[in-house]
Amino acid sequence: MQKRELKTREKGEKRGRILFERRMRRTHTILLPQMLPLHFELLQNVFRERGYQAELLTNEGPHIAQLGLKYVHNDTCYPALLVVGQMIDALQSGRYDLDHTALMITQTGGGCRASNYIHLLRKALERAGYAQVPVISLNLSGMESNPGFKMNLKMLRKLLAALVYGDELMLLGNQARPYEINLGETDALLKHWVEEISRQFHEGKAYSLRQLRKVAKSIAGSFEGIQREAIEKIKVGIVGEIYIKYASLGNNGLEAFLHQQDCEVMVPGVIGFGMFSLDNRLEDHRLYGGSALKKWAVQVLAGYLKKMESALISAVEATSFKAPGRFEHTRELVDGVIGHGCKMGEGWLLTAEMLELVEMGYPNIICAQPFGCLPNHIVGRGMMNQVKSIAPKANIVAIDYDPSAARVNQENRIKLMLATAGEEAVGAIESALGALLQHKPEIAAD
Amino acid sequence: MRIGLDLGSTTIKAAVLDDAGEMIFQKYARHYSLVSAKVIELLEEIERSFPGEETVRLSISGSAGLGIAQKSGISFVQEVYATKLACARQAPDADVAIELGGEDAKILFLSGQPDARMNGSCAGGTGAFIDQMAALLGVSAGELNEMAKAHERVYTIASRCGVFAKSDVQPLINQGAKASDLAASIFAAVVIQTIGGLAQGRAIKGNVLYLGGPLYFLSELRKSFDLSLAAEGICPENSLYFVALGAALSAREETRLRDVLKALKERGAEHAFASMEPLFKSEEEYQSFFERHKKGRAPRRDFASYDGPVFLGIDAGSTTLKFAVLSTEGELLKSLYQSNSGNPIPLVKAFFEELYAEKPGLRILRAAATGYGEGLIQSAFCLDHGLVETMAHLKAARHLQPETDFILDIGGQDMKCMRLRGGHVENLYLNEACSSGCGSFLQGFAEAMGEKIADFAKLGLFADRPVDLGSRCTVFMNSSVKQAQKDGASKENISAGLSISVIKNALYKVIRPSSKEELGSHIVVQGGTFLNDAVLRAFEKEMSLEVLRPDIAGLMGAYGAALYARERYGQDGAPSTTLNEAAVAAFEHEVMLTNCGLCENHCPLTVNRFADGRRFLSGNRCERPLAQKEGVQGLNIYEKKLELIQSYQGKPGSRGKIGLPFGLNFYELLPFWHGFFTELQIETVLSPLSSRDLYLLGHGSVPSDTVCYPAKLMHGHVQWLIDQGIGTIFYPCGSYNMDDGLSDNCYNCPVVAFYPEVIAGNQPMPEGLRFIKCYVGLHRRRDLPTKLYEALKTYYPDLAPKEVRRALKKGFAAYEAHMAKISEMGEGILRRAREEGRPVVILAGRPYHIDPEINHGIDRLLSGFGAAVLSEDAILRLVPKGAPKLRVLNQWTYHARLYASARLVAREADLQLVQMVSFGCGCDAITGDECRRILEEAGKIYTQIKIDEIENLGAARIRLRSFFAAAGLEKQGGAA
Repeated sequence: MQKRELKTREKGEKRGRILFERRMRRTHTILLPQMLPLHFELLQNVFRERGYQAELLTNEGPHIAQLGLKYVHNDTCYPALLVVGQMIDALQSGRYDLDHTALMITQTGGGCRASNYIHLLRKALERAGYAQVPVISLNLSGMESNPGFKMNLKMLRKLLAALVYGDELMLLGNQARPYEINLGETDALLKHWVEEISRQFHEGKAYSLRQLRKVAKSIAGSFEGIQREAIEKIKVGIVGEIYIKYASLGNNGLEAFLHQQDCEVMVPGVIGFGMFSLDNRLEDHRLYGGSALKKWAVQVLAGYLKKMESALISAVEATSFKAPGRFEHTRELVDGVIGHGCKMGEGWLLTAEMLELVEMGYPNIICAQPFGCLPNHIVGRGMMNQVKSIAPKANIVAIDYDPSAARVNQENRIKLMLATAGEEAVGAIESALGALLQHKPEIAAD
Repeated sequence: MRIGLDLGSTTIKAAVLDDAGEMIFQKYARHYSLVSAKVIELLEEIERSFPGEETVRLSISGSAGLGIAQKSGISFVQEVYATKLACARQAPDADVAIELGGEDAKILFLSGQPDARMNGSCAGGTGAFIDQMAALLGVSAGELNEMAKAHERVYTIASRCGVFAKSDVQPLINQGAKASDLAASIFAAVVIQTIGGLAQGRAIKGNVLYLGGPLYFLSELRKSFDLSLAAEGICPENSLYFVALGAALSAREETRLRDVLKALKERGAEHAFASMEPLFKSEEEYQSFFERHKKGRAPRRDFASYDGPVFLGIDAGSTTLKFAVLSTEGELLKSLYQSNSGNPIPLVKAFFEELYAEKPGLRILRAAATGYGEGLIQSAFCLDHGLVETMAHLKAARHLQPETDFILDIGGQDMKCMRLRGGHVENLYLNEACSSGCGSFLQGFAEAMGEKIADFAKLGLFADRPVDLGSRCTVFMNSSVKQAQKDGASKENISAGLSISVIKNALYKVIRPSSKEELGSHIVVQGGTFLNDAVLRAFEKEMSLEVLRPDIAGLMGAYGAALYARERYGQDGAPSTTLNEAAVAAFEHEVMLTNCGLCENHCPLTVNRFADGRRFLSGNRCERPLAQKEGVQGLNIYEKKLELIQSYQGKPGSRGKIGLPFGLNFYELLPFWHGFFTELQIETVLSPLSSRDLYLLGHGSVPSDTVCYPAKLMHGHVQWLIDQGIGTIFYPCGSYNMDDGLSDNCYNCPVVAFYPEVIAGNQPMPEGLRFIKCYVGLHRRRDLPTKLYEALKTYYPDLAPKEVRRALKKGFAAYEAHMAKISEMGEGILRRAREEGRPVVILAGRPYHIDPEINHGIDRLLSGFGAAVLSEDAILRLVPKGAPKLRVLNQWTYHARLYASARLVAREADLQLVQMVSFGCGCDAITGDECRRILEEAGKIYTQIKIDEIENLGAARIRLRSFFAAAGLEKQGGAA
């Protein structure tokens, strides 16, 4: 496509955004940015099954951040740079017919600047000469509707179920993989379940509460079948800004790095974040007042999510794997630590997750965030002091991610955290010192 | 035998212990990024020194050690952990260890609850920072230490980030501050950064150990720490080797030294870094590039054979000093480009002497100064004119290429881009203090790698795989370079990568063009940095275009100043005031420090006295001490608002006192809360206006060093209230703000909304203090009485709901009256300014930007230029109602006013807008972009000024003057 041609068209359509029209359902491929491999693959399949030609982006590499820097204001947070960079890279790859491609991006609608990602994406598309590409906002706040993209209840339920399954698979995979005796067994099982769940969705199964309970149970049971070594590993939890916390593109392959360092990793799931988002509306209602009808509607949805969460937890609790705490419990953990009205970004949930991780036996915590992330000044770094005073075992390191923050510095700080963590290492001090002390009580300070 | 290696960012340290734990060998050396080679060299030396020892226990530590360890299979121990081990052995009584390294700073709390803190990725206050600052003064770190011994005063220097510190130090240098005072100030900055940034409120007491290179070598730095900690720290003799020692102690498995060496040599350096295309693919490509650029020659004339009078231009830049002498025809007769060595005046005097010696009786028809040191040089040598450097560059470029439509100038410390249309500046971009990836940045790296800048730059020309370093600020670049070195990138590839990153920084951070057509068809590039062919090539290559680089690229400022002098002479022909031969010979200069007494701020001033009794003042925040430049009075809304907000004094009441920290939203909501509490018989006590001292009162408990300065100040305000013994402090949270009806939602920014949580969680509070941080929803007036009553009744049990309702009414009435007053003041200023034909600038920010400690006097600077200064809230009644159609989500109350103001400025021809942005403000990355779009679509210039802890206004002044010149406001306001 000639850039000049695009420019002319861009002028014609400058007013307002380009809508995703009904006809586009058939003609357009919808690209989704990558964040959580398991969850998003399931989501992609739900979209496909509903007739959208969805495609999850898997392009990676340092050039993605560079593209983001080229098209987005450089002081904008790193996730925005990456998501926009990944999408523009895909459009530039030549793999897609640009007149039949649409993009999808999530929009939270909170007081954080993340609610502006979609606008940054549109600005970037214009600058890059892809003004004709429609952008679909995926949100639950009723922002920006599109005639060609409508969700019905069934699809919504499938999407939610996909997230629950994603959480469960992530949780079990992370607990099984470090200990598996037959290398690759865990990943193979994960792959099997993603296919199996998608297949069941297609058959109209696996998303009702009743079926979800059943499937969640068989998933948990199947992971018990993985042969595992009974050894102790350093247990590390990851909290943080939602994109950086999950996306390997954002956190320089953090989970892989920790795996390499012989750690077990726990990453709190997305369902908690969903419940947190709903809870914010109830909390807003409590703190500031508001419509009773809206409150009721939110309560209904929250109740539904609670049941789904419960299905996950009971399925895992029946096994030898560790189950996450219930949302209500997590919420209580920050009573007196931070207000539940602190809701922007990950809000109080981030602080609560740190406390929960310590409680679950993951006292070594990485708090991952984009450099200059506003909410994390408050709920991440701002609360570490509090977390440490409540849970003295907590061993937290905050890592900033940025287009040019060097990996070596990030890994060095993580290593410091791990060094403090390793009981092994503690043993090493004692034995080293002990050995020396036996030889000579005093090392001459020359 | 145990061997520990500590591979730091710039040095390598080795410690060898015998089986009894005795240190039998130690070595400290710079590695000039040849880490692998140096490790091999050292290990071989150890092998030779201890021939009998074949099996050893070996361990590596340090930031550059991780890669080597992975490569060679040697065990790795994290350096802080290694330090901890060494402390336990060497100094078991120590309570705290402070270790500064090349690029790291650490504090270890050894007694009590052990804890280790390490600087984040954006933090100055390290050895590299000291080196960088020393280089700026033209001395070594050791000399800096000697200089500091004779200091008399300490200036405030932003310590968070090397780049910021530099923009504080540079103007001080140019204003003639004493090198000894600067040296001590640099050390003091390191101390503040280390304690504030790392200790984060935890007291450093007991036995303190000083470790690492900088603290070992620099006695004055230790003294500075001692002074600040009110303790005497110990610097152990082998302080340099603590990490290496710890590594040796932690080494467990026995290995054969020979095997390790073999593995190291076999693996060699891996080339696993991200790289880009080479700058030149072939020698021929370079030749044609070289030939083409030979043509950019400025007209010259032989000075020796020239007998006429001359015009002189002096560019006192941030790090360099440039002179250009022109003939009456404008040909270049003589020029000089030199470092300013931190003290430009003697160098200028020397130039004059040389000039007069070369041509006795030479007549200088006119002389002009430009650059950072313009005022000082102009005043010292009585030059006829001074002009802002952007205009000097413009004149120079247009002289050489009359059709110039785009100028990119990259100097030592700043970057300027001008887009021209019809000979006038259409748009102006200057880099922000935090993106100074410029000339001095390349120089810094060249020096770090032991090369001269010119040689270093040449290295990159034929690099095969330039390292992809991105386009961020110097501090980040340091880490990226470190990573590249670790990955085995050669000096050549790093050099090329750095040159390319300078260009990427200019293009994507400062100019942000979406196509090359946007730049123009006659592009002139200049500034000393472009003399570097690699940078020039990188620019042409990145944008695929050809540009003109004058051979005097580094002199363009001085050349333009001389051209300006010539132009002005042509207008009136009056005789020059410039010092003649005799006056130059008699010229003497001394520097004194004092405080301004013209207002209650008592700003520190530097007074330069010259032999003939003249004086030059600098360091001034406003134009008041410079009596000759009396600004306009009464047209500055910032002053009026500040006065108004301070008038809300509490009245004693039956329910006691309540403390309000005077920062962030209180700058607007104070009238509301004042009205509310006064009605409830509660006396409001306000903390005083912010100041540096107030900041230092609370800076120890700031948990996030990258949060904005206004937020950090809150710690000081709360601490002040605590120190006053106020029993109740009220600092409410709230996701939402008042609804002006200008936006789709009325959020506060996340920091403003929830900062009370941070205060509550980090500030040490005395027992019994009631810190009220309840959530308040001002946007829902109907529900507010009930909600606020519920929140307050625990603290005031005798409160009745009815009372709260009544008090809220008073509060809202007071708030509305306050806002109306501001509108009236604003409209009055606008009316008067229009009558007097003055330029009107909306200085956009947040309500709390009227705090003088936050805006650093930018408002007074503007009114010193003769402009009327307004703020967004002062024109609220003039802007169209309702949420405008924007290209962003308009969801923050304060930012909505910014958009509304920008739209008003776009509509009204005589209004201009300047936006102040706090460093670290995430919201303003979005609002600034949108604001720029609104203004540019209306043909207006968008100017942004980044503010932080920075004291000095040098950069802001240049930016504003350029803006005034470019917007054509100069004549009206007389701000030449």
